[in-house]
Amino acid sequence: MAIFSKEEAKKILEKVLSYSKADGCEANLNGSNGGNIRYARNSVSTAGESSDVTLAVQSYYGKKSGVATINEFDDASLEKVVRRAEELAQLAPENPEFVEPLTQQAYGESKTYVEATAKITPEYRAQAAANSINPAAAKDVTAAGYLEDSNNFTSMMNTKGLFAYNKSTGVTFTVTMRSNDGTGSGWVTRDYNDVTKLDTVEASNIAIDKALQSRNAKAIEPGKYTVILEPAASAELLRNMLFGMNARTADEGRSFMSKKGGGTKMGEKIMDERVTIYTDPWNVEVPASPWTGDGQARKKMDIIKNGVVSNLFYDRFWASKQNVAPVPFPGNAIMEGGTASVEDMIKDTKKGILVTRFWYIRSVDPQTQLYTGLTRDSTFFIENGKIKHPVKNFRFNESPVIMLNNLETLGKQVRVSVDGGPGGGANFLIPYMKLRDFTFTSLSDAV
Amino acid sequence: MGAAATLLPGIPVMGHPIHPERALEVIDQAWKKQMSDVALNAARSNGATYTDVRIGRYLQQFVVTREDKVQNIVNTESFGMGIRVIANGGWGFAATDKLDKDNVAKTAELAVAIAKENSRLLTEPVRLAPQKGYGEVTWKAPIEKNAFAVPIKEKVDLLLNVNSAAMKSGADYVNSILFMVNEQKYFASTDGTYVDQDIHRIWPIFFVTKVDKESGKFETRNALSAPMGMGYEYLDARPQDKIQGVTTLYRGRYDMLEDAKVAGQQVGEKIKAKSVEPGKYDLILDPSHLWLTIHESVGHPTELDRVLGYEANYAGTSFLTLDKWESKKFNFGSKMVNIVADKTQVGSLGAVGYDDEGVKCGQWDVIKDGILVNYQVIRDQAHILGLNASQGCCYADNWSSVQFQRMSNISLQPGKDKKSVDDLIKGVEKGIYIIGDGSFSIDQQRYNFQFGGQLFYEIKNGKITNMLNDVAYQSNSQEFWNSCVAIADAGDYRLGGSFFDGKGQPGQVSAVSHGCSTSRFNGVNVINTSRKIG
Repeated sequence: MAIFSKEEAKKILEKVLSYSKADGCEANLNGSNGGNIRYARNSVSTAGESSDVTLAVQSYYGKKSGVATINEFDDASLEKVVRRAEELAQLAPENPEFVEPLTQQAYGESKTYVEATAKITPEYRAQAAANSINPAAAKDVTAAGYLEDSNNFTSMMNTKGLFAYNKSTGVTFTVTMRSNDGTGSGWVTRDYNDVTKLDTVEASNIAIDKALQSRNAKAIEPGKYTVILEPAASAELLRNMLFGMNARTADEGRSFMSKKGGGTKMGEKIMDERVTIYTDPWNVEVPASPWTGDGQARKKMDIIKNGVVSNLFYDRFWASKQNVAPVPFPGNAIMEGGTASVEDMIKDTKKGILVTRFWYIRSVDPQTQLYTGLTRDSTFFIENGKIKHPVKNFRFNESPVIMLNNLETLGKQVRVSVDGGPGGGANFLIPYMKLRDFTFTSLSDAV
Repeated sequence: MGAAATLLPGIPVMGHPIHPERALEVIDQAWKKQMSDVALNAARSNGATYTDVRIGRYLQQFVVTREDKVQNIVNTESFGMGIRVIANGGWGFAATDKLDKDNVAKTAELAVAIAKENSRLLTEPVRLAPQKGYGEVTWKAPIEKNAFAVPIKEKVDLLLNVNSAAMKSGADYVNSILFMVNEQKYFASTDGTYVDQDIHRIWPIFFVTKVDKESGKFETRNALSAPMGMGYEYLDARPQDKIQGVTTLYRGRYDMLEDAKVAGQQVGEKIKAKSVEPGKYDLILDPSHLWLTIHESVGHPTELDRVLGYEANYAGTSFLTLDKWESKKFNFGSKMVNIVADKTQVGSLGAVGYDDEGVKCGQWDVIKDGILVNYQVIRDQAHILGLNASQGCCYADNWSSVQFQRMSNISLQPGKDKKSVDDLIKGVEKGIYIIGDGSFSIDQQRYNFQFGGQLFYEIKNGKITNMLNDVAYQSNSQEFWNSCVAIADAGDYRLGGSFFDGKGQPGQVSAVSHGCSTSRFNGVNVINTSRKIG
């Protein structure tokens, strides 16, 4: 029931707009069916399903706007929600940055929906938990994990004639395996639109192996090290850097994209020329909705090309003020990789650290994009081309901009979701990376 | 702007938008009891051995501005019922926003069916600590002024005046927000408790930025306010609530306009401040800063669900393992470190009469004379510590969320000897006085942390000399609390807190306060955070 077809959504939205008496009206009708299972201490702790459809109506008079929402769709309810949005719009102060809705846009075909994911059952989720718990218990390891799946639709229509519809599915799986002696921990994350690509047995076994291999880690001195970052380790840092590429804050002088003396770094080379990051809603590994929440069409676009800033993101208000075309925030990001496997990278490393993931990453200085955080769930010391032993976790203080200037080798790409949860996170395709002079500032006893 | 994009990015907004006046409507208590009884009876007749019901009305009002513009006004209401049951020894939960008798009974049946399904995967049945029924009781936060009754125009005017004050005193940009929350919660259980509670929270905050175009440097200074479990009276500042020192600080009431004016000046000073020389310093930490260190390094590691491994895949576990508690001699901090959990503290974010499983709230020692003596516990965990009652730490952020163990207010007790902030500073040869919270990060077992701040002042030979910049300190929780050598007396005690503390999968937020007086920590490692990116 929570998933309306394109025709059903269109019919409801047309009805909504027929009740509008304001200068204009825009309505978003979104719904999802989802399920999850959570386990810890080798036992299932919670499991559930949820279903939700919400209609949000925004009415406006001049530059005054109001939003009301409802989850009932009979004619009386639809009229009620429009009247409420109009009441709230009349009460609102004028917003000088209000921008009228868009007219109809041309959108490409979506690749975000996979039928198999929409058909995930409670039994599938229970089996995923069992696929972690059973092998863990057999190897004196304790599993804690979470699987969440969703089947979503989004649609919108406005009084300027725009209509857009998209369906999507997603599944996210993470599992932490801890050795029962308390000295080792491994972790794996997987995220797909298509559940047939998810192998919870393989993923769980990787985490178990890491838990066992990372037991009894040795302390080594913090300092600058060559690192090999698994894609899950660099994902959040790259996401944060991309979030910082907002044109308005850059123009205002309060961004790492602002230039000394005024202006922005648009068109400037800010990192190694092998760094190319772009967005492409039609990439088969990380498909994204062809349109944004306000109806703008997404397109394939460079963000960083050969180390040079190719685009900053302009919302519609700031674009009109600066007299440029809007550049919507991307629905995904793809960093070009290389051919090296992680084994190749280890073989070519004289002395370095292999990082599974970073944790608790927080901004320290937005001026330089400096972040702090810690390694977690398996960190290894590499010497003369071989993994020598697990090492205790480090705290780092590093900027993704400095990091991408210190690039040594690009490896194979892997899909990673940041801020997981299907539909809620941002999907990235990120290569394994080998980087020199990564700054670790202290040691942690955490396992 | 599309309707879906008008809510606040990064801030958990729940519920449906409503007309502001609707927030003042009251839901009949007798009706809530009647609906609860429908759920309790339906669950029992379907085989539940225990049931609790929460009818929740969650109201939020957020007013968001920048410079001379109102960016957003959010008014939402979320209303519904969550039913939690034990059947065949396992938990089950179901929720609905359609509160007619038939649907409530069906939801209760669904909760029982889920419990029975989950019980097939159990390794041991749920063991609930006994809890006596309290009959029909009520609890109301002792507020003076309901923030939802204050006209929106008054709030908009306040924020625009705050922004104007900051700009006039030197800021280039200002963002300001008023967050207001009212939880109207009704709880009923098969233990014979029916509790009606009215909880209010408020958080005024601003972010002031200055840009020096010539050097390309920019700095921000955030408000020195605290989120509080209070009404709008928090914004009625009185002279006796102000603490004068190197900058004005606030206790229990907040002068947002005055703080914004000062922030506009200080943000300019921050740009020109001397960059810190890294090394060991004695730190004097103001409560507007230290609350966050307490939250991360004491509050989270003493949550029993983390200790047991229930959060292993997300927030992490804890270095305060059960063997350390059982030893009764784990030296968490110096002898003067006394940390108390208190769910009843007036004005705190976590203050309630009863928690979300019907346990009357109280206070207890967590760290006593530096030794770990207790954790934070809910009903199905109490037996693990040999306790015969819960400590009342159960909370759900919405009627549709399952309640679980959340942090109580956790506070450092003031020093017993009469000692002012000046007395603390006087004794420091080489130190830094830190005010306001900033960047924060801690590992998954809560050993290693790093904190920034808002204002840093260098102390040389017992005197504050100048402002510093680029400061962050790193330490280990146990080492840090053992380096605590002085705590100012109760006259300096103030609350700070977190309005949106996240935990769980799927994630839930909660609000929690942490009190303390200004404290001194010796020989802490300070790093310089400045970098060059070309």
